[in-house]
Amino acid sequence: MEHTSLLERVLRGIALTLVVVFFMFPIVWIFMMSFQTNEMILRIPPQLVFEPTLANYTALITGKLQTAAGTLDIAFMRNLWNSIFLSVTSVAVALLLGVPAAYAFARHKFRGSEDIAFTLLSFRFAPALLVLLPLTLYFQKLGLANTYFGLIWVYQLICLPLILWIVRGYFEDIPADIEYAYRIAGHSWFATFRKIALPLAGPGIAAAGLLAFIFAWNNFVFALVLASADKQPVTVGALAFITSSGIQYGQISAAIVLSITPTLALALYAQRYLVEGLSLGAVKG
Amino acid sequence: MASVELKNIVKRYKSQTVLDDLSLTVADGETLVLFGPSGAGKTVLLRLVAGVIDPDEGRILIGGEDMTDVDAEFRGVGMAFQNFALFPHMSAFENIATPLEAKRSSHGAIKGGVDSVAKLLKIGHVLSHKPRALSNGQKQRTALARALVGSPPVLLLDDPLRNVDAKLRFEMRLELPRLLADRGATVIYVTQDYKEAMALGDRIAVMSQGVIRQLGTPEQIYREPANIEIARLFGDPTINLLDVKPQRDARGIYVGLSNVQVHLAGAPEAAIGRDCVIGLRPETLHFVAESEPGAIPVTVEAETPLNEKIVTLVRTVRGREILVSRPSGTPGQSGGKAHLAVNAKSALLFDHASGERIGSKNIVSLRNGEAA
Repeated sequence: MEHTSLLERVLRGIALTLVVVFFMFPIVWIFMMSFQTNEMILRIPPQLVFEPTLANYTALITGKLQTAAGTLDIAFMRNLWNSIFLSVTSVAVALLLGVPAAYAFARHKFRGSEDIAFTLLSFRFAPALLVLLPLTLYFQKLGLANTYFGLIWVYQLICLPLILWIVRGYFEDIPADIEYAYRIAGHSWFATFRKIALPLAGPGIAAAGLLAFIFAWNNFVFALVLASADKQPVTVGALAFITSSGIQYGQISAAIVLSITPTLALALYAQRYLVEGLSLGAVKG
Repeated sequence: MASVELKNIVKRYKSQTVLDDLSLTVADGETLVLFGPSGAGKTVLLRLVAGVIDPDEGRILIGGEDMTDVDAEFRGVGMAFQNFALFPHMSAFENIATPLEAKRSSHGAIKGGVDSVAKLLKIGHVLSHKPRALSNGQKQRTALARALVGSPPVLLLDDPLRNVDAKLRFEMRLELPRLLADRGATVIYVTQDYKEAMALGDRIAVMSQGVIRQLGTPEQIYREPANIEIARLFGDPTINLLDVKPQRDARGIYVGLSNVQVHLAGAPEAAIGRDCVIGLRPETLHFVAESEPGAIPVTVEAETPLNEKIVTLVRTVRGREILVSRPSGTPGQSGGKAHLAVNAKSALLFDHASGERIGSKNIVSLRNGEAA
């Protein structure tokens, strides 16, 4: 590193800055827009210096949206709660079902195990819109349409394959000898799963859970079709900002900032596990 | 206390047969060494006894009880793995304690048990460390301690010295026999190192390709190897192998080595007139004066001192290379012309085509319907 010349360092700095600006610009811009009124946002040319306002956030939190056409009710906080509830519960259910299943697929090769695992993965191949029409009809027949239960069930299509396939890989990376050693020491297979496999795959499970959470959180189309207003997550709820009197850019930006905050916070918190999970140095050797 | 008995074990992976109708009995308190090249099926055999894999055919008896369908945790065996297989998220103490925890021992009993075995293996000072903070030698001792701590009647040691450095391996080779004898356990020990096999085994089972080729005491394996392959695997420097055709004259059976008739007292009649390979251990060859009867003329090519012994490479008149080993400090030849005498009693005759030793009585062939 000492051999890098000044020019090299400057060029590297510029390159890094370009990359960061390129990727961060939309987020920074949205963050700035969330503190501006619609008039300020739509001004041409756009201005970097402005008088910040909290009006957008106030509108979201109080649920009263002031537009040129009058006051609109916005269920944003309700949507945010729905998002949190749906995502957390879906991931929890998917972990509960997926982690033991992943262990079974990783450790016990039985007839057709590969086929079953692949079928589960193939849920991710099918275009959601193709699945949705029959699903909606069935859900209406079964009385599952517009229920949290039904939504969480459908969200398993997103979360379960993801968790299953990622966690399976982590279980497969644990040397079988380590588990054998615990069995030979006199412990049952379940104790081995709990005390050896789970802790060692822990970082991987955390990473898979986080990824599944992000996917569930960002889901739009399932909730759009299967949920009505009071069960909708933020992704669908944001449609309410396209009003008859125009698109409410300020509120949309504020809504985005509020809705990415939980995932961002979670990602930052779990970063440690993600890095650890991806390197998995602890198990080898 | 427990003997281990394997009856007609067959283990296949896909179409490959790893163990082929193998039977073996290890007496109570005996140390049996499984020796053979990698891929011989040694580790598979050990795992079958441990119960972590199941045989396709055959029965496994431990202490006279059929354990074939019994889960690993109920078999009462201790095992040390070649790659140590320590639990990376637990300290050395917790690692060693796992067999005692499984027995629901009291807190004090666990502490006492771990401490005493750790003291025995000299790892008392690193008990609080995680495996990643341990040296290879310490890992190996931790793994061994974990296998020993529960005082299992059957101990399975899978090449535990493979991944440790030469110095420690030498130390452990001296320590282990005493350690194992003190435990009084039945031990099955897997190794690829013939010195380890000779040092540790009450008996050695030489395996290759899923079959036990020879079963005997270290002495028997060394003095009376069942075939050329086994003769070559045991001994350092390697046994000298020369093509010969034994003949008979008035004085008995002889072979021609460099135009000299060397009489082999006690050589089997069956060898006469057959294409054979004679096996001469380097330490059974001696430099002698030219006048000695049966002395073979050779040219000394190179001499290599190896601490306790000196190995000399010589070339016969016909250009064949022979290794001669002698203890350090004894007179020898370091160059030029020399003469060798063969110790006729220790010469081994193998059939050229099959590689089997001619006249061997103790060949153990456990393969049904096929002569070894």
